[in-house]
Amino acid sequence: MDEGERMNEMKIIIPKSTGSMLINKTGSWRSSRPVIDERKCTGCLICWKFCPDACIEPGEKPKINLDYCKGCGICAEECPFDAIEMVREEK
Amino acid sequence: MRMVLTGNHTAAYAAKLARVEVVAAYPITPQTQIVEKLSEIIARGELKAEFIKVESEHSAMAACIGASAAGARAFTATSSQGLALMHELLHWAAGARLPIVMANVNRAMAPPWNIWCDHNDSISQRDTGWMQIYCESNQEVMDSIIQAFRVAESVRLPVMVNLDGFYLSHTAEPVEFPDQDEVDKFLPEYDPEDKLDPENPFSYGAMAVPENYARMRYNLHLAMQRAKRLIKETGAEYGRRFGRYYDIVDPYRCDDAEVLLISTSTIASTAKDVIDAMRDEGEKVGLLRIRWFRPFPLEEIRKVAGKVRKICVIDRNLSFGFEGAISSEVKAVLYSIEPRPQVYSFLMGIGGMDVPPEEIERAIRRTIDGGAEEFNWDLKGLGF
Repeated sequence: MDEGERMNEMKIIIPKSTGSMLINKTGSWRSSRPVIDERKCTGCLICWKFCPDACIEPGEKPKINLDYCKGCGICAEECPFDAIEMVREEK
Repeated sequence: MRMVLTGNHTAAYAAKLARVEVVAAYPITPQTQIVEKLSEIIARGELKAEFIKVESEHSAMAACIGASAAGARAFTATSSQGLALMHELLHWAAGARLPIVMANVNRAMAPPWNIWCDHNDSISQRDTGWMQIYCESNQEVMDSIIQAFRVAESVRLPVMVNLDGFYLSHTAEPVEFPDQDEVDKFLPEYDPEDKLDPENPFSYGAMAVPENYARMRYNLHLAMQRAKRLIKETGAEYGRRFGRYYDIVDPYRCDDAEVLLISTSTIASTAKDVIDAMRDEGEKVGLLRIRWFRPFPLEEIRKVAGKVRKICVIDRNLSFGFEGAISSEVKAVLYSIEPRPQVYSFLMGIGGMDVPPEEIERAIRRTIDGGAEEFNWDLKGLGF
């Protein structure tokens, strides 16, 4: 088949994908993980607002989705109650 | 209906006739009036569209990408530095196969600041995957924007419609308005199957492994090739409907030509008078105006240029240290032709330098009589 024939039979390929971000578990990139101190946490959810990867699940107390959390530490930095500590991942 | 309009206002009315649904744009001289006129038209309720005000051209293109991915017909306009700021997003629009149409008013790149006509802004975006049209008149701006949406939506690639800064953008000419009902028949509503939908979510442009990436790039390349036929068919159908026929190139008195001039935009429209005058004196000269620069009309150039002895190319852009882009590409497509015509490259009109008929005639005569170099930077009167 030459280029002209391929061109005529061409179907447009749109670079779209379903579920690719479910498969691609970015949590494996992490070198340190956020750990919430339940005694200090007031459930204000400021960490949930700041998480750039939507990895914090809101509730009475926030929960971190470690499948996707890349360990950027923004939640720990922003927490006004120092309730989140970044702990180094062990191999 | 016929109105006397500047190129900028023509572009705005063309977008209105194309019933664009989203306009996201940022003003920049000499394009500002396109955005102003469109915001006015939308504010008055004459066009049912969303006008998104943004803080930069990068954001303007990002908003158009979002709108187009959601299935809206999106339009923007820019120029020079603004186009350069969009560069990253231009790749995004083409790679995601979004049929956005943009008017670009050709203007010089800074520094030094210069707001006048020059093609280095759009030629620098050659390899982004956007198709490019260069217009010679305001009427062609009108007709090209309408045709651009049709071609873009058929092959799913964006189109940049270029008009010369000031020579078209700020010059008023009589412009024939196509009838809205006829435009609606020519350009039906854009309703892609794969638009973003919160009920049925998917990602646009997520990671692709090398094999898939290469496959998608080849698909984009073929789409650009296939667009050549669609451009011709669309131009012909536009002619049947509206009485003005268009093609991928615009040959002028080429049939028995022995020497050929190749150029684009308003330089080519001035050149038509030069060709007429030289023909009156018995010179067998012709003009091939390149209308679509991407996809590059290589078959059409070979067909006309393969019959001539000598070719004079006038570029309004420069690849520093080499020559103008159209010269290089014309030479490349003629390499396999036997006997190969000689090509002489002329650089003119950059940064708004005037290109009067006498200068064009001088370039053609130097091509004919052997007085031209391989590359000629004509800055007559500046002491070079």
